[in-house]
Amino acid sequence: MTACGLNPPARVLVTKIGLDGHDRGSRIVAAYLRDAGMEVIYTPPWQSIPAVVKLVLEEDVDVVGISSLATDHLIVPKLADALREAGLGHVGIIVGGIVPDDECPALLQAGVSAIFGPGSPRDDIIAHVAALAAKVRDVKNAEFREIAQ
Amino acid sequence: METGGNAADLIHRRVCARTGHAAVIGFTGAPGAGKSTLIDAYIAVLRGGGRRVAVAAVDPSSPLGGGAILGDRVRMRRHALDPNVFIRSVASRGHLGGLSESIHRVVDVMDAAGHDVIIVETVGTGQSEVEVAEIADICVVVNAPNMGDDVQAMKAGVLEIADILVVNKADLPLAQRATKQLRDMLKLRRNRQNVAILETVATNETGIDALGTAIDGLLANRAADKRKSRERRMRRLIAQAASRLAHDRMRDLADAMLDELAHKAATGEIGIAEAAKQALSLIRP
Repeated sequence: MTACGLNPPARVLVTKIGLDGHDRGSRIVAAYLRDAGMEVIYTPPWQSIPAVVKLVLEEDVDVVGISSLATDHLIVPKLADALREAGLGHVGIIVGGIVPDDECPALLQAGVSAIFGPGSPRDDIIAHVAALAAKVRDVKNAEFREIAQ
Repeated sequence: METGGNAADLIHRRVCARTGHAAVIGFTGAPGAGKSTLIDAYIAVLRGGGRRVAVAAVDPSSPLGGGAILGDRVRMRRHALDPNVFIRSVASRGHLGGLSESIHRVVDVMDAAGHDVIIVETVGTGQSEVEVAEIADICVVVNAPNMGDDVQAMKAGVLEIADILVVNKADLPLAQRATKQLRDMLKLRRNRQNVAILETVATNETGIDALGTAIDGLLANRAADKRKSRERRMRRLIAQAASRLAHDRMRDLADAMLDELAHKAATGEIGIAEAAKQALSLIRP
């Protein structure tokens, strides 16, 4: 068993979609997750939605973390749709950064499992990602067993 | 496939029959020498020729928590939407030697999936991580200027596995000196003196076409002995897996005999080599 509680370690994509370039937050969270024993695929900001879908597919990640500090969270539902269309609906999504209170329900409705605003404790983020990754891994393993038979 | 074990074996056995088509090109060199950026530019050359490309980019796992930041594809962004370029980041997961334990399975799956060229990027290497030479048909060792004097270039290790030597960042001062040091190093060798040394500037694509041409030239001569080298590699992998198995079984073995052997070895009564022979006989197959 690894430090993050999953073997092999949880694989997490930390990225930013849209035009916002503030990447301090995503870098800090990527380092948190690395130190918690996870394998973090880190990308610079300004990714397009199709690029993120291709990344998720090629890297077989369990969780996607989207950092948004300047309204890019509004296109996260589009990302969730695109992932579902690509057959990747089982992959967990979390959002971190600035999301106004009244816009949170729409994201959660779209399949985002948690939103971490400024000041979120490190341990809360890690615990949530680890639990989410474990859940996703269960789905993947069940799928694999089905194919293997 | 990265995890190994029975599930990986199951898939690997099915894909093995479909392998053998792809050319495997290894890129190795010190951290920051420009491997990923060079690969990004090289992929563009390959795509220009219509070839399907897969990349397995290895980055190190933490020796402390087992975590990793996998950032090689940060440098390969221009292929982010190309469906004929498949990039997979691989964590080394404690494996030494510059690659991961899983890399041969990963490469075989990429081969079976019909890619024409598979690029294997090692972790940033020091001097002794030479495992990539076993898996790659062609090894490109990437150097940067100002990394040491001519005695460094004479040392055994990673420079010796190069089929092609690249001096990247050739627009920096001292690049010509690095090229000269490598050339002098080759002259002093007994074998393989005619390794090509190419100067590149990956960020503006200088020298990349020449690199692609040099790799293709070498590939044309290598096709014949691929099967043999694959079987040689399998032999080593079996030995490696067997020693891992023996290691795990011995560790889990709660046997008074083993305690006794450990005691004898600790006090110097018997040597470790002798203790190992006796311990092996304790493991049931």
